Amino acid sequence: MAKLNLVEAINLALKQEMKKDGKIVLIGEDIGEDGGVFRVTEGLAKLYGNERVMDSPLAESGILGTSIGMAATGLKPISEVQFEGFLMPAFDQLISHASRIRNRSRGRFTAPMVLRCPIGGGIKALEHHSDSPEAYLIHTPGLKVVIPSNPYNAKGLMISAIRDPDPVIFFEPKKIYRAIKMEVPEKEYTVPIGKAHVVKKGDDVTIITYGAWVKTVREAVEKMSDVSVEIVDLRTLSPLDTTTIINSVKKTGKCVIVNEAQRTGGFAAEIIARINEKAFFNLEAPVERVTGYDIVVPLRKFENLYLPTHQKIINAVDKVMKNSGK
Amino acid sequence: MEKIIGKFQTKYLQILDEFGKCDEKNVPKFKKSAIKKLYEYMILTRAFDDKALKLQRQGRIGTFASTRGQEACQIGSALAIKKDDLIFPAFRENGVYLMRGMPMYKLFSYWAGDERGMIIPENVNLFPISITVGAHLPHAVGAAMSFKIQKKKAATMVFFGDGATSEGDFHESMNFAGVYKAPVVFICQNNQWAISVPVKEQTSSATIAQKAIAYGFEGIRVDGNDVFAVYRAVSDALKKARSGKGPTLIECFTYRISDHTTSDEAKKYRDESEVEVWKKKDPIDRLKKYMLKKGLFSDKYEKNVLTRAEKIVSEAVEKSEALKDIKAGEIFEYMYEKKTPDLIEQQKELNGGLK
Repeated sequence: MAKLNLVEAINLALKQEMKKDGKIVLIGEDIGEDGGVFRVTEGLAKLYGNERVMDSPLAESGILGTSIGMAATGLKPISEVQFEGFLMPAFDQLISHASRIRNRSRGRFTAPMVLRCPIGGGIKALEHHSDSPEAYLIHTPGLKVVIPSNPYNAKGLMISAIRDPDPVIFFEPKKIYRAIKMEVPEKEYTVPIGKAHVVKKGDDVTIITYGAWVKTVREAVEKMSDVSVEIVDLRTLSPLDTTTIINSVKKTGKCVIVNEAQRTGGFAAEIIARINEKAFFNLEAPVERVTGYDIVVPLRKFENLYLPTHQKIINAVDKVMKNSGK
Repeated sequence: MEKIIGKFQTKYLQILDEFGKCDEKNVPKFKKSAIKKLYEYMILTRAFDDKALKLQRQGRIGTFASTRGQEACQIGSALAIKKDDLIFPAFRENGVYLMRGMPMYKLFSYWAGDERGMIIPENVNLFPISITVGAHLPHAVGAAMSFKIQKKKAATMVFFGDGATSEGDFHESMNFAGVYKAPVVFICQNNQWAISVPVKEQTSSATIAQKAIAYGFEGIRVDGNDVFAVYRAVSDALKKARSGKGPTLIECFTYRISDHTTSDEAKKYRDESEVEVWKKKDPIDRLKKYMLKKGLFSDKYEKNVLTRAEKIVSEAVEKSEALKDIKAGEIFEYMYEKKTPDLIEQQKELNGGLK
């Protein structure tokens, strides 16, 4: 087993699945010779040729729209949009078509495709390079949305996404692209779509998070010696594994949700609604959320003011503990 | 220094004019039966259309987009396509659906608001109706790229109107098609009206056809009310596509005789004298004139065709209206291959609420 980072783990998954399945094609801007702006597709054009690893014209709607046509006619396209901020021109294709073609044709045509897209802040980038648009897509029926929190999950989730019969948005948290190295099996394995993972067991409070923030939450929890925290890594945002969330909250009676997207209408709100519906009487304190603020993500100098931090997470845990009277 | 580094010309094709006069050397080599088929399907399309408008007025179907005046564009194109080619219609291609083999009752069901109307039979290579303007163009290009990659000897064909050429997806699709030399035929039915906006306000290009030149492939304008010209241009473009020579844009210059849909009234924004001019260029009348000259037409034949069309239409309405409602829970069936836990829960909730 080799120690790989997230970029290398996804690259390995793509490489192995492409070898197995000749129907898989890659399409995106600069993904060929250049290997993608984050090098996730490095070396794949050389291995599989330009017909299977297509450097596309600079047009996100075109990339997603042609992917739908390819997916509906027997290929398995994996597209890349360079940054989540550039996803917006492709929203019509995702929301009006990729997600609906199965329903519109009553199953005659489907769109088994994967969209890979970096997400989130923390890399000191330009405007439109630090956003978290997952809620728009989770809100759209017909799409699946996954987000790995480490290299192991990344490889396994990517293989599941490729083999899934429905369109899957595969978000890649840029902040941890190269920040975590871990053992990733060479052999193929899958991490199931629709299953959350309890990464740390605990009794006092549940922290629900995903993507880059699993790492930050774990670090924050290490600083909290007097509280027993259970950490749930969602891994899949849609369809959501409500059972794992509810089981954990029923056990601890307290919950904090950590994600970096803007707060209003954000995914934390949906999780709180579900806890309200299914575990309200088990709650010992109101659920807290640590999220971004309802502002445009600040540029590099002041980005840290916006993002969740160890201290913000510790404060939220302290607050629920205090509110519960413990 | 300043010099001319590019010049272009736009081709126009007309074979059969509105008086039934024919440019014989350009007539496609049709069997008599093929000419009759063209006529019969145009009549069937119009009979379907007339019935749909009546049903809408009676509240038996919902909003409907009429095909009247554009029958030659649709039937001429559809005759040129082969079994393995894949068609991507917009929302006004009732004639294409019928010619391609879509059971008529399904179209009535669809316009009546029943998704089962878009269950396209397995042996019919057609995409479902796409309501968003222009967004289905990249699907046709992607499918064409897919055929090329999979080395299938087939092409795709996509229908859209003059309004769609203003959408960004038109640009992206034309550009992708050019770059990847995709085997796709773009068919723009320029019916000169995008709801209330006339084509001269839609674009300052003299033709839609010339837009192809900027993407590195051929565009041609044809008389869209001339079924021979449409067939000729489309079959040539399909042959070119299937033999690896890339895409073509065909502008069928035609006219929308009816309102945009049953939800608007063209009188409000369009001079009726313009409609009268175009009624005289009717695609069915001019084919009839040609067939009369060639001895392919008689009163008896005409009566038989009309009677048969009406019978097909009334049987289709009957069949469509006899469809039993779905079980309530079925509305959850087609979001994913396998229903998610949330959908299973919501289905239970709906069933509970219906008790």
